[in-house]
Amino acid sequence: MIAYIIRRILYMIPLTLGVTFITFLLFNVVGGNPAYQMLGKHASPEEVRELTHQLGLDRPLPVQYADYLNDLLHLDFGRSWATHQKITEMISDGIVPSLSLAVPAFVFAGILSIIISLIAAFYRNRFYDRFLVVLCVIGMSVSILVYIIAGQYVLSYVYGLFPISGYEDGLAAVPYLILPGLIWVAVALGGDVRFYRTVILNESGREYAVTARAKGLSEPVVMGRHVLKNALIPIITSMAMALPGLFTGSLLLETFFGIPGLGSMSINAINDADFPVIKAMTFFGSVLYMAANLLGDLMYSLVDPRVRME
Amino acid sequence: MRDSLFTRALRTLRNDRWAMVCLAIIGAYCVVALLAQLGIIARGFGEIAGASYSPPCREHWLGTDFLGRDVLKRVIVGSKIAMSIGLITSLIAIPIGIFFGALAGYYRGKVDDLIVWFYSTLDSIPYLILLLALTLVLGKGLTSVYIAIGLTSWVGICRIVRGEFIRQKEMDYVQAARALGAGNFRIILRHILPNVFHLIVINFSLMFVSAIKAEVILSYLGVGAQGEPSWGIMISDARMELIGRGVYWQLLGATLAMFFIILAFNLFADALRDALDPRLTQGKK
Repeated sequence: MIAYIIRRILYMIPLTLGVTFITFLLFNVVGGNPAYQMLGKHASPEEVRELTHQLGLDRPLPVQYADYLNDLLHLDFGRSWATHQKITEMISDGIVPSLSLAVPAFVFAGILSIIISLIAAFYRNRFYDRFLVVLCVIGMSVSILVYIIAGQYVLSYVYGLFPISGYEDGLAAVPYLILPGLIWVAVALGGDVRFYRTVILNESGREYAVTARAKGLSEPVVMGRHVLKNALIPIITSMAMALPGLFTGSLLLETFFGIPGLGSMSINAINDADFPVIKAMTFFGSVLYMAANLLGDLMYSLVDPRVRME
Repeated sequence: MRDSLFTRALRTLRNDRWAMVCLAIIGAYCVVALLAQLGIIARGFGEIAGASYSPPCREHWLGTDFLGRDVLKRVIVGSKIAMSIGLITSLIAIPIGIFFGALAGYYRGKVDDLIVWFYSTLDSIPYLILLLALTLVLGKGLTSVYIAIGLTSWVGICRIVRGEFIRQKEMDYVQAARALGAGNFRIILRHILPNVFHLIVINFSLMFVSAIKAEVILSYLGVGAQGEPSWGIMISDARMELIGRGVYWQLLGATLAMFFIILAFNLFADALRDALDPRLTQGKK
């Protein structure tokens, strides 16, 4: 087990190198000289040359790449080209708003999905089940943009239930977070319920469930006590895989609702062609993803001792 | 004689009323997209056709937008863009996925390690950031969107094809083919690939959906379609119209157009999976 974990962690090194290589390739090789974009249309050639030199972009590519890796090793992402702020600071500032939107929404969506999928599985192939599944597919077929715009218009603008957008620190943030949180839940629900329902149905046909029913246990007890426990294994794994999304936040929700988290930071960086910030976010997101991947696999073996890690 | 998987699947699909309705909807979108591409319908989608903000009426079934352009024509051009995005990105991504997946699953060893490393790397980058970064680097416009979505969405197919190749490679029929003197190339193309094909078909329709959704978001953010009304651009225009004046028809038009095609593809993918996945048919009691 420990050997497995160590091997998995070691495997993250080539993966991380791959990610840095792709971002480097994208921004330092294919992306062209960002000095033009930063200086605008009317820059003189001298100015461009000077800025290129300042940014260190006139050095040979292997040197630039080695330098980039060296900085990353010291967790130094450099400074933003747009705001000249240190990127490590920007990330630590952005994590709190991102998490305070994402964590409650994630937990709520998870619990709600499990409850709804249990109900659907309980009524399998009867009216309620069909109805819930159709509702899920309909929910999945509406663009998140439409949820956002309709939600902002109807609930915030017409009925004035929530502020349209914005953010404040501390508990004052709560009213700003309710609507984006609800939209998060609505968007997540469709796919999750469908997946969990399939998993639960799969389990409820197994022999142990038949045995439990044969012993005379009522269906709710069979579902809640026996089936759910086994169905939770793939469900927990899929939740662990979604964890990195909590840190990087929802790009769209944060941007629309003016929440100063990592998601809106990424979108701003892309709009400003702020390469260091995009590179840092890509790196940060990827490392989190790999960690969550590992966590998911480990949880799998923790919850189900039959699964051996090799 | 037993029918092949595909003949049986076709029969199941034909008896599935909902699947046929979905297929009809998909077909209708294809026809509309083709007619729009040929310039037979929705000509002059960029011209001012009437007063600004006219509600739906007989001349303008879906009303007009803030410049007085006909919303129905814009929806049709949007459908054309969406269908072309789905088709072209699939044409880019599926061959790449099959190629790498087959190579990795069949040869294993170093080749496999390299390919798995490559797609795991790509997969670990947050999808929307990768897409936006690619379009940023490639420049705005639909061509970049085609390439960006195409180059990023082959990973799923590759993973499935690889897994299935690993499984199929050990089967007796492959051994038999090898004993008869078939080369690697022939075994991959003529023997294993047909047995993996149904998984690719199922995934094709799911890929179509995610490509359309991604394009709408990219166009909304301003890096997608330029000068042509994609659904994303319509939703972006409609946001102003809605908050400013309560004009809802452009939002409704784009949303419904997008809703029906995605719903049709989602349901059709389900029907395809039911019909094509042999493991599922066995599991059904």
